Amino acid sequence: MPRREIISGNWAFAEAMRQINPDVVAAYPITPSTDIPMKFAEFVANGKVDTNFVTVESEHSAITACVTAAAAGARVMTASSANGVALMHEIFPIAAFFRNPIVFGLVNRSLGAPINIHCDHSDSMGERDAGWVHLYCEDAQEAYDSAILAVRLAEHKDILSPVFVCQDGFITSHSFEAVSMLDDETVKSFVGERDADLPLLDVDNPVTYGSFAMSEYYFEIKRQQVEAHRNVLKHYDSVARDYESVSGRFYPKLDKYRTDDADFIVVVMSSASGVVKDVVDELREKGVKAGCLRIRMFRPFPAADVAEVLGKAKAVAVLDRALSIGGTAPLSAEVKSALYDAGAHVPLQSCVYGLGGRDFFPQHAMEIFADLQKGNIRAEERYIGLLE
Amino acid sequence: MFEAGKFVQSFPEYGAERQGAPMKAFNRVSDGPIRKRCGVQNPDVVAIIDPTLLEAVRPSEGCTENTVYLINTPESPEAVKSKLGLPQGARVITIDATKITLEEFGQNRPNAPMLGTFAHVFSEVPIESFVEHFSRKMKNLPEKILEANKRAIKRGYEEVLIG
Repeated sequence: MPRREIISGNWAFAEAMRQINPDVVAAYPITPSTDIPMKFAEFVANGKVDTNFVTVESEHSAITACVTAAAAGARVMTASSANGVALMHEIFPIAAFFRNPIVFGLVNRSLGAPINIHCDHSDSMGERDAGWVHLYCEDAQEAYDSAILAVRLAEHKDILSPVFVCQDGFITSHSFEAVSMLDDETVKSFVGERDADLPLLDVDNPVTYGSFAMSEYYFEIKRQQVEAHRNVLKHYDSVARDYESVSGRFYPKLDKYRTDDADFIVVVMSSASGVVKDVVDELREKGVKAGCLRIRMFRPFPAADVAEVLGKAKAVAVLDRALSIGGTAPLSAEVKSALYDAGAHVPLQSCVYGLGGRDFFPQHAMEIFADLQKGNIRAEERYIGLLE
Repeated sequence: MFEAGKFVQSFPEYGAERQGAPMKAFNRVSDGPIRKRCGVQNPDVVAIIDPTLLEAVRPSEGCTENTVYLINTPESPEAVKSKLGLPQGARVITIDATKITLEEFGQNRPNAPMLGTFAHVFSEVPIESFVEHFSRKMKNLPEKILEANKRAIKRGYEEVLIG
């Protein structure tokens, strides 16, 4: 039976994993994603899943085991955070090149040093160019739903790409709220069985993984991965609509909140968008045409759609929860590039907020909107909530 | 509260994760969906579980004149008001939750009686619902401990001093 229960973002993701019942999970725990493999280990121990659960000695080994299992034809999931994600860095592009449809619960945490357990997006942004799909969730409900949806997205024959399902460390992962969950049978039939195209273990039809490709082939292979991501943009909505048909919940690539006629739009990802949306409502009551654009899909980046939403605004602020030290923060860079390609010269303020878990309050969003209204926009990026 | 049809959100602010370290946790209760995920800045209710924190932190930070304080202390609401520099009209409910749990199960774990004290704030939910919810959540506790906790919740409701 469908249920609605008070659980955390991590437990919600683990519950989705139980229902998906992947063939292989290889994991090495790290805060704040620890609850995911911990809860899943309980499911394994209690016979709730048939998964081959591989405990390893490092994140590097965890993702390596995931890649080899996925190449063998298995359905594979795992989770990690922060420096654990960074230790996997070497293997992520290999997963993408092998076209391994791994679904990965990435619980965002700042990259040390200094050591810090709290949320920012520096871990996943370090994997921006790895060839993985990036989905960023606003709350526990979305993390649960995205885990299930991502299986179908990753395994789509025209896509075959690994997917990061990101949620904000502690803010979402350790926050308890009501989450609606599907019944086990619905999830089982929605994800079906993985029908791997060229599994390594099909000994009657031998294939090679991890072969050498010099300058004659490497470029062409990478170009094929680009095509796979173009196909994500093409097919995402139909997968999301399929998920809506079983869950009643639809998650678009872009969450456009009161942007239709908005003069001033704040672009943001993940949990901080709740505060921005509340402030948008407050400003709308005062007659200010404010809006919030939440980027759910960061890779592939739906550039044309973003430009369409922002192109007619009078001013835009982009909020990054990550730095690119010495350059433009990642989300800002994407948005600016999208607007440039569309020929839209919208005044844009880059803002960095929330590093290392620094809280983002309504008055911060209010100040950002106030500056947009006043035309107080600078070329340099601003740091929100920084003690100066 | 969730079972009574409210929207709820609960999250801790993690610092040092060791027993006895001071920590904050936030809760929101609403008739509609809750989108904000930042810490609570202007609380309607402040609950202080460890009475030593009265000296160490400023629990009235961000509070308004309507804020209700629920405090685990053997002291009277009036004494707490003067200690925190609150106006006489401030709403302070005190409960000696530590004493209750020491008497009921011989340990200083004041959470259960504080839950009972909480029922004074959310008066539309009867105290029995809190007890029942606790029993369901803690069904793995040994029968004797569970019964002691249930008594502690009820005493946390009954033995308050309201100022």
